[in-house]
Amino acid sequence: MTEILAGRLSHAPEAAPGIRGWRRLLSNAGVIIALGILALILTAALAPQLITSAQPDAVAPAEAFQAPSVTHFFGTDESGRDVYTRVIFGAGNSLLIGIAATVVGLGLALVLGLLGGLAGRIGDFVSTRIVEVMFALPGLLLALVFIAIAGPGVVTSTVAVGLSTAPGYARIIRSQLRSVRNASYIEAATVLGHSQLRITLQHILPGALAPIFVLGTLGVGQAIVWASSLGFLGLGVAPPAAEWGAMLSSGRTYIDVAWWLTVFPGLAIVATAASFTVLGRALNARARQEVRG
Amino acid sequence: MTDSSDIATDWRTTTPASRLRLLGWVARRVGGGAFVLWMVATVIFFALRLIPGDLIDAILGGPGSQASAEAVAQIRTDYGLDQPLIVQYFLAMSKLAVADFGTSYALKVAVAPYVLTQLWSTLVLTIASLVVAWVFALGLTLATSGRGGAARSVGSGLELLAAAVPHFWLASLLIILLSNTLHWLPPISVPGPLGLVLPVLTLALPLTGFLGQIMRESLSNAYEQPFVLSARARGESEWGVRFRHVVRHAALPGISLSGWAFGSLLSGAVVVETIFARPGLGRTLLSAVTIRDIPVVTAVALLSALTFILMTIATDAIDRIVDPRVKEVKAQ
Repeated sequence: MTEILAGRLSHAPEAAPGIRGWRRLLSNAGVIIALGILALILTAALAPQLITSAQPDAVAPAEAFQAPSVTHFFGTDESGRDVYTRVIFGAGNSLLIGIAATVVGLGLALVLGLLGGLAGRIGDFVSTRIVEVMFALPGLLLALVFIAIAGPGVVTSTVAVGLSTAPGYARIIRSQLRSVRNASYIEAATVLGHSQLRITLQHILPGALAPIFVLGTLGVGQAIVWASSLGFLGLGVAPPAAEWGAMLSSGRTYIDVAWWLTVFPGLAIVATAASFTVLGRALNARARQEVRG
Repeated sequence: MTDSSDIATDWRTTTPASRLRLLGWVARRVGGGAFVLWMVATVIFFALRLIPGDLIDAILGGPGSQASAEAVAQIRTDYGLDQPLIVQYFLAMSKLAVADFGTSYALKVAVAPYVLTQLWSTLVLTIASLVVAWVFALGLTLATSGRGGAARSVGSGLELLAAAVPHFWLASLLIILLSNTLHWLPPISVPGPLGLVLPVLTLALPLTGFLGQIMRESLSNAYEQPFVLSARARGESEWGVRFRHVVRHAALPGISLSGWAFGSLLSGAVVVETIFARPGLGRTLLSAVTIRDIPVVTAVALLSALTFILMTIATDAIDRIVDPRVKEVKAQ
């Protein structure tokens, strides 16, 4: 998915980002909205008490299933807990899972990509086949089998999401490495007599890995969506915890009587995922523009 | 960009050399596909045996079964579980090689016919979703790209949101809106076309977002091409330019994406079939992994890998037909 969203990534950006680039980035209304949403979610993750005064696990059975109102913005759930507070407190869990899963996916992909891009023909053959096999298995199958082996839980579902997103990243990293390796400045370094190791460390890696930051930004949103799907299937964070996927999973039981249990945590997921995508694409476009000069 | 008559002649005037090249391409794809299938079977074989617990329990239906020690020993021998793992592996592979998928641990029925009936249900779902997504995405991009800022912003905003929506949440929203509030459609998938509407919409809308984003980018690139200018100079109408010239460019990445989309639809099917209580490969897979029904999981994995491989080959082939430039690039 990320592979597709990223489209053509910049090829070997050479200069550091200038001030003009940042200014152009901020002149885009969509990017400003996205940054606003992400700032809000980051605040919710780091200091939830700034945004809400209630406790996420405060049970009040007498107030169960109240519709959204001035006292409970997003209504209350089956135990009378405030849904707004739980969404705010859930941001930390969901964001952490999304970022950790992306790091795992990128890490795995990096190993595969480096093997394919740098370790010669055999390495390339091996890594291409591994990626092909991973692609041929539906992402959710990989995740399900991994969770069955390691047992359900937060860490497992995070790694499972990383595992199922890795092949997409690996493909991009490999092609990036190959295109950088054939660039003229690498040829120049070879002509100058630099050692293979030095060329790899000094020129190929920095050029090829620059887009990883963009890739990661694009990936976090998708990882959050993936992780929440696993949570929904009952394979992620266990329900009493305030995590968006788990909240949706328990809200599903009451879908006929309390629509707000489903609508608001889902909105949080969509807003976060879309914001990461907008930001990632803007970063990508900026990097591309810089290459063009 | 060549127009359609050029492509037609290109395909009719095949020389022996080009036919040979085509044959080589087919052979490489088939060989590569077979290798991937074998690897998938291997990975699944070992991964499923890493799941903690004695396989006997999965066959007998859980650790609570009151089977006698003799019965357990008998089953162990019947299923070849007393053999070393490597022997079991080669036995399993030699059976799979002749398409013998064995018997389901849980259902005690032959796996192949059972999975095939489930496949049919999922195929109907995924193909309908793919078609709906294509129609939506083409409509949306053609109507809003190359237009003024407002229409384009609305179009790309919709695509962005659609692509960020998790399947299970969209399904819940559709149930709340169309079943519980408006009472237009049943909340679970009843047999017949009416029961297909909600599951298909659930799978198609996020895909519309992905397809639309990709198509929009290549469409706006196409508008900058000289052939659009010359078509306009010839006095072609705006819609003529869109449908006769530009649409081909939008289709190309969409076609490549469809192979990937088919695979991802299968992942989506797990969620959608669970929510709408619809039979299919996805739901079968979820329950089979949970109860360690190894023959069923293996069959589903191989089937979806095969589908993915065939889709990749098909989209590659269609790519070569729609865009003759692809051949030249790949030949290098």
